[in-house]
Amino acid sequence: MNPRYVPLAATVAIFLAAYALCFLQYPNMLSTRVIGNLLTDNAFLGIAAVGMTFVILSGGIDLSIGSVIAFTGVFIAVVLENTGLHPLVVFMLALGIATLFGGVMGAIIHHLEMPPFIVTLAGMFLARGMAFVLSIDSVPIKHPFYAVMKGFYYRLPGGGRITLIGGLMLLVFVLGILIAHRTRFGANVYALGGGVQTARLMGVPVARTTIEIYALSGFLAGLSGIVFSLYTSAGYSLSAVGVELDAIAAVVIGGTLLTGGSGFVGGTLIGILIMGLIQTYITFDGSLSSWWTKILIGLLLFGFILLQKGFLYLSKNKRRFA
Amino acid sequence: MQGNDDIILSATGIEKVFPGAKALNNVNFQLRRGEVHALLGENGAGKSTLVKCITGAYRRDGGKLVLDGADIDPRDTFEAQRLGIGTVYQEVNLLPNLTVAENLFLGRQPRRFGLVDAAEMNRRAKALLSGYALDIDVRAELSSCSVAVQQVVAIARAVDLSGKVLILDEPTASLDAHEVEMLFAIVRRLKSQGLGVIFITHFLEQVYAICDRITVLRNGQLVGTRDAAALPRRELIAMMLGRELGEEIKQAGNAQAAEGAVRYRFRGYGRKGHIEPFDLEVRKGEVVGIAGLLGSGRTETAEILFGAQKADSGTAEVDGKSVEISSPRTAIRHRFGFCPEDRKTDGIIGDLSVRENIVLALQARRGWARPIPRAEQDRLADRYITALDIRTSDREKPIRLLSGGNQQKAILARWLATNPEFLILDEPTRGIDVGAHAEIIRLIESLCEQGMSLIVISSELDELVAYSRRVIVLRDRAHVSELVGEEVTTSHIVEAIAVADKHEAGQ
Repeated sequence: MNPRYVPLAATVAIFLAAYALCFLQYPNMLSTRVIGNLLTDNAFLGIAAVGMTFVILSGGIDLSIGSVIAFTGVFIAVVLENTGLHPLVVFMLALGIATLFGGVMGAIIHHLEMPPFIVTLAGMFLARGMAFVLSIDSVPIKHPFYAVMKGFYYRLPGGGRITLIGGLMLLVFVLGILIAHRTRFGANVYALGGGVQTARLMGVPVARTTIEIYALSGFLAGLSGIVFSLYTSAGYSLSAVGVELDAIAAVVIGGTLLTGGSGFVGGTLIGILIMGLIQTYITFDGSLSSWWTKILIGLLLFGFILLQKGFLYLSKNKRRFA
Repeated sequence: MQGNDDIILSATGIEKVFPGAKALNNVNFQLRRGEVHALLGENGAGKSTLVKCITGAYRRDGGKLVLDGADIDPRDTFEAQRLGIGTVYQEVNLLPNLTVAENLFLGRQPRRFGLVDAAEMNRRAKALLSGYALDIDVRAELSSCSVAVQQVVAIARAVDLSGKVLILDEPTASLDAHEVEMLFAIVRRLKSQGLGVIFITHFLEQVYAICDRITVLRNGQLVGTRDAAALPRRELIAMMLGRELGEEIKQAGNAQAAEGAVRYRFRGYGRKGHIEPFDLEVRKGEVVGIAGLLGSGRTETAEILFGAQKADSGTAEVDGKSVEISSPRTAIRHRFGFCPEDRKTDGIIGDLSVRENIVLALQARRGWARPIPRAEQDRLADRYITALDIRTSDREKPIRLLSGGNQQKAILARWLATNPEFLILDEPTRGIDVGAHAEIIRLIESLCEQGMSLIVISSELDELVAYSRRVIVLRDRAHVSELVGEEVTTSHIVEAIAVADKHEAGQ
C-alpha cells in the first residue's frame, strides 16, 4: 500500500472497529436515527474542520475558528433582531466578514512573516472580543425563516433524518475533497506543506495561496457559525469556545500530519465521526461522565501522534536504505 | 562551429559586488548550443555567483547577458526559466510529499472542466519520463524515489519548463558511480538535442568524462576557457589553484623535516563514506599541511581527527598511549583544538561578544559547574585581543560586527585559551583580506615554534608551502601522497594532485 494512505487506513479501521464494538453492545447504534443525529450534531464542527484541514495541510494552524463561529452567530442574531434584513442576506454579510477576516490573517502571516499560531491567536481574541461588543447576552433568533430551514430534511428509511445542516456538512466535505485533490489550488496547498521555500522555487504563488487558505478557513468558520446558529437558534458570544481545538483533534485523528503536506480531507470526516461516536456511546451508556469523551479523544490523539512519528521514522529509514 | 549562431548564451563583462568584496570582476562566459561546459573553481571562486547572475537569483552589477541573440536581464529565477534557462541543484528542489507527476506539472496541471485531470497528468508524466529512460510509478510520492531518480525528475522538469540552457549545480555530489553514469547518459542526450548545459562539479574525472569545454574562475576573475580535450589535468589543476606551470616557487624557510618525537600517531584511521583509512604522525612543533581539491576529504580528515565524526576504523595514540577520540569533548580533554572551515556556521556565535566567544571552549572544558570568573575572562580576552591584534573597539562587541579576519583570529584565540597542544586549522585564511593572511601565517609559525603541533588545511598553496614541513595530498577522500622537506613546493603539490589523478585514470 502507498505509505501516504497508512494514517487514513488506520483512522478508518479504528472507526469501523469502534462502531462494531458499539453495535455489539447497543444494536440501536446502527439505526439511521443515530447516524442522522451524528451528522446533525457534528455539522458545525465538521464544516470548520474542513477549513482546518486545509490550513494544517499547508503547514499552518488557525486558532480563530471558535471565536469566528461565535462572532458569526452573535452577528446574525443581533442583525436579525435589529433590522428587517432577510436571513439569507445576513448570511452573505456574515460570510463576507468571516472570509475577509481569514484573508487578512493570511496576508499578515505571509507579508509580515509571522507564525500562524500567533496571528490566529490574535484573531481568536479579536473575534471573540467583537462578539462581546455586539452583545454580551445570548440573543435568541425567532425569525420564521429559521423554522422553515429547520423543517428541511431528508427522511431516511428507519426514521432517521439528514437535516439541512447535516447535509450541508456532507456537501462541504465533498467540495473540500474536490478542491484538495482536483484543483491547482489544492496542489499548491500540499506544496506549501512540503516546504515553502521549495514551493516558491517551483513557482507556487505563495502569497496568494496563503491568503486563500486562511480566507477559506475563515469562510468555512463563518458557514459553521451559520450552521451553529441554526442548530441552537441563538447567538451567544461565549459559545463555541475551544471548537478550534476539537477541529484540530479531528484533523489529526483523521490522519493528517500536523507538520503539513500529507493527509486527506476525507480523513477529517472520519475523525469527526469517531469523536461523535464516542459522544454518542456515552449518551447511550448514560452512567458515564461526558468527560470521558475528552479522555478518549486525548488518548486517540496521543495514539495518532505516536503513529505519525513511527510512520515518519519508518519512511525515513526506508529512504536511507533505498 | 563558426559564427555567433553557435552561441546560445553569452555573458560579457559580468560584474557583481557584495559589500566589502568584488565577487565577479569582468567575467566573460560563452555557452554553445549542444555543448556541455564545465564551470570550475575552488570555493569562493565565483562560480555560484556567476550562475546566480545568469539565473536571475542575483541581479548583476554590470555586463551583458545575451540568450539566443537577445539581451536578457532576468529579475528572478522564474523569468530566467521562462526565457529558457533552467537550473538543477545538488539539493533536489522538489517537493517530497507530492507525487512524481505532481512535481513535474505543479502549476501547469492539465485540467478538464476546471478540475485537474489526474489521469491525463500521470499519462503525460509517464511519457515525459520515458524520454529519460525512466520507467517508474509516477503516482508514487517523490520521497519514495532514490536521489538519482529525484535528480532526473528535477532535470526533466527544468528542461520541460525552459529548454534552451540547463545549469547543473553539483548534481552528482550525492550519487554513486552507476547513478552518475545514468545521469551522464541523459546529459549527452540533451546535448544532442541542442541544449547548452553548464556543469558545475568538483569531480575532475566527471569533467573529462562529459564536458566539451572548461571555464575556470578564481577569486572572481576569469582564468580562461579551454577545450577539455586540449587541457591536461595538471594544467587544469594549476589553473584552479592559481599556479602557472614551470613557475619556480621560493623555498620555504623550514624545509627540513622536524626531528622531535612523534606525539600524535593515527593508524588506519578512517570512516566509511567520509575518508579512507589513513596513517598520520605529527611531531611536537611540527606543521603538517593538507592539500587537495575541494571534496577530496580535507575537512573530513580534520573532523575525524577531532572526533566531530567518529572514526570507524583504526587507532589513535597520544604520546605513545592509545586513546579513543569519540567526540570533540574527549578531543578537547586531550588538548586538541579545531578551527572549522565555515566560521559563520560552525565557529563563531554571532550575537555573543568577542570575550564570550574567546572563553567558550575553555568554559566548555571546565564544565558549567565551574564558571570562569569574570575578571579572568576579561584578562583572557584582553590578552588575546592584544596578542593576536584582534581589531575590535572593545571586548564586549558582538563578534558578528567584526571583519572576517578578526573573527578568524577570535576563533584561534578561543582555542589558544585552552592551551591546546594539537591544533587543527581548516582553511584559516579563507575569506579574509590579504593583510590578515600574513598575520595568520605569522601566528601559525610562532605557535609552532612554541612547540605546538598543528595540522593546517588550505587551498592557498603558497601559504601551505610557507609554513608546512610536510604536506599530505588528498584526493577522492583518500590520502594519496606525502611531501617532505625539500619536496614541499607548490609545483610539487600540483603535480602530486595531478599524478594521483592519472593513477586513478589508469586503473
